[in-house]
Amino acid sequence: MSLNISVASYLVASVLFILSLGGLSTQETARRGNLFGIAGILLAILATALNPAMNGYAMLAVALSIGVVIGAVLAARVAMTSMPELVAILHSFVGLAAVLVGIANAMTFVGAVGEGHGSAETLIHHVEVILGIFIGAVTFTGSLIAFAKLKGSISGKPLMLPGRHGLNIVICLAAIGFGWGYVQSGTASDISWLIGIAILAGVLGVHMVMAIGGADMPVVVSMLNSYSGWAAAATGFLLANDLLIVTGALVGSSGAILSYIMCRAMNRSFFSVIMGGFGTDGGTSPAAGAATKSQGEVTSMTAEETAELLKESRSVVIIPGYGMAVAHAQHPIREITDILRKKGVNVRFAIHPVAGRLPGHMNVLLAEANLPYDIVLEMDEINDDLPETDVVIVVGANDIVNPSAQTDAASPIFGMPVLEAWKAKVCIVLKRGMASGYAGVDNPLFYEPNTRMLFGDAKKSIDAVLKALM
Amino acid sequence: MLLDEDVALKIGIPKEIFPGELRVAGTPATVKKLIASGHQVLVEAGAGVAAGYPDEGFRAAGASVVSPEAVWGDADIVTKIRPPGHLGSGGGARDEVALLREGGTLVSFIWPAQSPDLVKSLAMRRANVFAMDQVPRITRAQKLDALSSMANLTGYRAVIEAAAAYGSPFTGQVTAAGKIPPAKVLVIGAGVAGLAALGTAKSLGAIVRAFDTRPAVREQIQSMGAEFLMLDFKEDGTGQGGYAKTMSPEFIAAEMALFATQAKDVDIIITTALIPGKPAPKLLIADTVRLMKPGSVIVDLAAEQGGNCEFTVPGKAVTKDGVTIIGYTDLASRMAIQASQLYGTNIVHFMDVLCPKGQWNLNLQDEILRGSIVLEGGELRWPPPAPAAVSAPASAAVSTPAPAKAAPAARTGGHGHGATSKPQISLLAISLILAGIIALGAVTPASFLSHFTVFVLACFIGYQVVWNVTAALHTPLMSVTNAISGIIVIGAMVQLTPDWSQPANWISGVAVLLATINIAGEFLVTQRMLKMFRK
Repeated sequence: MSLNISVASYLVASVLFILSLGGLSTQETARRGNLFGIAGILLAILATALNPAMNGYAMLAVALSIGVVIGAVLAARVAMTSMPELVAILHSFVGLAAVLVGIANAMTFVGAVGEGHGSAETLIHHVEVILGIFIGAVTFTGSLIAFAKLKGSISGKPLMLPGRHGLNIVICLAAIGFGWGYVQSGTASDISWLIGIAILAGVLGVHMVMAIGGADMPVVVSMLNSYSGWAAAATGFLLANDLLIVTGALVGSSGAILSYIMCRAMNRSFFSVIMGGFGTDGGTSPAAGAATKSQGEVTSMTAEETAELLKESRSVVIIPGYGMAVAHAQHPIREITDILRKKGVNVRFAIHPVAGRLPGHMNVLLAEANLPYDIVLEMDEINDDLPETDVVIVVGANDIVNPSAQTDAASPIFGMPVLEAWKAKVCIVLKRGMASGYAGVDNPLFYEPNTRMLFGDAKKSIDAVLKALM
Repeated sequence: MLLDEDVALKIGIPKEIFPGELRVAGTPATVKKLIASGHQVLVEAGAGVAAGYPDEGFRAAGASVVSPEAVWGDADIVTKIRPPGHLGSGGGARDEVALLREGGTLVSFIWPAQSPDLVKSLAMRRANVFAMDQVPRITRAQKLDALSSMANLTGYRAVIEAAAAYGSPFTGQVTAAGKIPPAKVLVIGAGVAGLAALGTAKSLGAIVRAFDTRPAVREQIQSMGAEFLMLDFKEDGTGQGGYAKTMSPEFIAAEMALFATQAKDVDIIITTALIPGKPAPKLLIADTVRLMKPGSVIVDLAAEQGGNCEFTVPGKAVTKDGVTIIGYTDLASRMAIQASQLYGTNIVHFMDVLCPKGQWNLNLQDEILRGSIVLEGGELRWPPPAPAAVSAPASAAVSTPAPAKAAPAARTGGHGHGATSKPQISLLAISLILAGIIALGAVTPASFLSHFTVFVLACFIGYQVVWNVTAALHTPLMSVTNAISGIIVIGAMVQLTPDWSQPANWISGVAVLLATINIAGEFLVTQRMLKMFRK
């Protein structure tokens, strides 16, 4: 295959990737979009494999076939509640691959380009190698930690080392120093500097994600998504490959936008999330915590009473949170929805952008439980309907339904857009106990006179409601 | 008050003796709850019959059904609806104040401002008296706010009475025999009763309008689907404790003019205007009523306090110039089944405050008890000291207290700025970025710049495309983008060589493997996910 054909194939693959992302704009076209993506990557691999410069088919065949088998098994086995973990671990693969490609490229550099030391091209090449390895390594270890946190292997609590910002800066400076050493070293194939950079970046990735709490994971995962794109783009520059650059840029901007949406949905700046923890950015939280301590009594309710109430309502909105995913309550919820819809009750779901541990996670879980997507609405679509809703059920969510985000200027979550569950005629909150949510803020919703608490494990409570409905 | 801490408190529910009163202060369901919190309950024989709750039901719920003397004499706390009074004379006569035992406790509607004599005679009995009508209008007290729960039913019933007296349907229709115009209903005073009336009239199909002197209730009126009649006049009628205050004469003149205009147009007027401690304001004067079409109906919910209409006769329906004026004062009692259930529930919640877990706990630091107590062992405790601050939620009601919440004051953040709207990048930032790109061109070779061009354009395309992705598909978006970021595989592929002894070759091979796992895994899992999305 001539070089021109392979370049043209890359162009087609780029277009297919853009179409693939475009297809995701609606549920109807999403599957076609995914097929475009598959076609694009197959075309890209084929064009590369048939490239005259390509050799080493034996290694390629072995690696590809093992990779496809492992990937297929992972994809078939993963539970939908574990999607965040899968996404995180696969991000780490891309990061590691970027590191490996950078190192392999550096090892073979002299032969590959053969230009003199000190030229602008060489300098750019070196910088590209360094960047690719640095971003790749941060992505790799950061994703591993995100994976472990999501899986629960390590605590979701933010790890707050003293002087941690200083530590990050020192690591970055050291990495720049190593990079300078690499650029200055006479032998380009001397990779010890690069391995040093990879290790430093790896430590940075670990430390950065360790400092971020469990509920901020949507931001972290999108951020790592973005990094994995930038790593691919850096590799593209390194290899002068436009397809890699285009793809990396697409992925990078997608991840960046998702991070932005998630931060916006929490009314926090990207930096305050990345700097770790909650409330560590303002210094106001201890005082605010005292000020927001809610007064009043909590009214509890039994599952049977809940079922009675549901039978008599005309409109019901269910607000799921991460607790629903943890308890695997989506299937009995679907059965309740079916029963109520058969009775003519208008049941809908309200999804907050940061509900769950991955952007859009709740939508996937509800889709998995066979709930039609046209009754699953976004926050902005449904908030105005809540005052006319008879019953709102909050399943395993807390901060995203906290009224103090609108009313209490001293609250750390003030200004965060929330689902206005308290405006419904009755709001039923399923909860284990009276613990506060991730933000550590007391939730006045629980003390509202129209709020009823249904205490207990979400799955058990929902099962009991379902039993009472049948 | 001498009460043995170990013995359960006895709560008495006597029969209401007020003529025509059907309600009762407890039902089997509420009795069950009282017993569950550790009380004993005594119910007078036949107390609930008129409300549809026979004695067997109370017995089954665990109460003792006893004689009137036993209810009043044995109970530690007597719960009632109507203020205590007299019935009949001679042998069968009953004087409830005299029946209440020395030092006993009474929880009931009392209206202490209007009935000083009653308070005096109760003081002679050295009684503890709590007035359900004096429960402060704070958020915490909403579940024991009996005025609201009764007003809600009253508002509903007012519409039903009006519909029964009105000679035409409420809902508009076009039939083969001709068009039926919808009824037009005006509600004056959007408290709990007024809002309930609005909702009921609306659901019967009428065109509904409402007027209130307090601008804050506008949103609540509109949320019921009613039109809020504006008065082109700047005066806020919000008084203390959620009630309206007396308005200036100019305001009243403007108000009267508005009513006169409306009277010509509407078919039904429901008035609910009350000012605490004063006779009800006369809003519908004779001249206004005469403007109404014959067959129109006025329901005056302020009849007991003298009425908002000049022609109102408390307790009766009268017809004047073809207009029916309904002045019933027992609308809640006409729905005794539900009214008793709601009042009984209010009482259960009151007992949770007065004697939680069955233990007497007269804590006058508690706002609810301090607000509602009239007499403590015969000592006058009413009126309570002025509250520090009446909470914002009590912002409704001309006639009655309202549980409706005021709209959250702060509306910053979320609204109008959807979480998914694109950020606005400042002109300055754009200029800086563009200048930076030009500067980059000055120092880098052409080959780099052409790739950089591709990179920047791809970022823009990505930005535009990704903002179009629906939020519901953000997880698939992540998995697809992650899959295509596996494109790094081709970077590894081009570095493969047939020479298996080179470490670089092995490193590239591992990179190919990792990237392939990523590509295959993410695309397949995306396909799996997307298959699940169905309509």
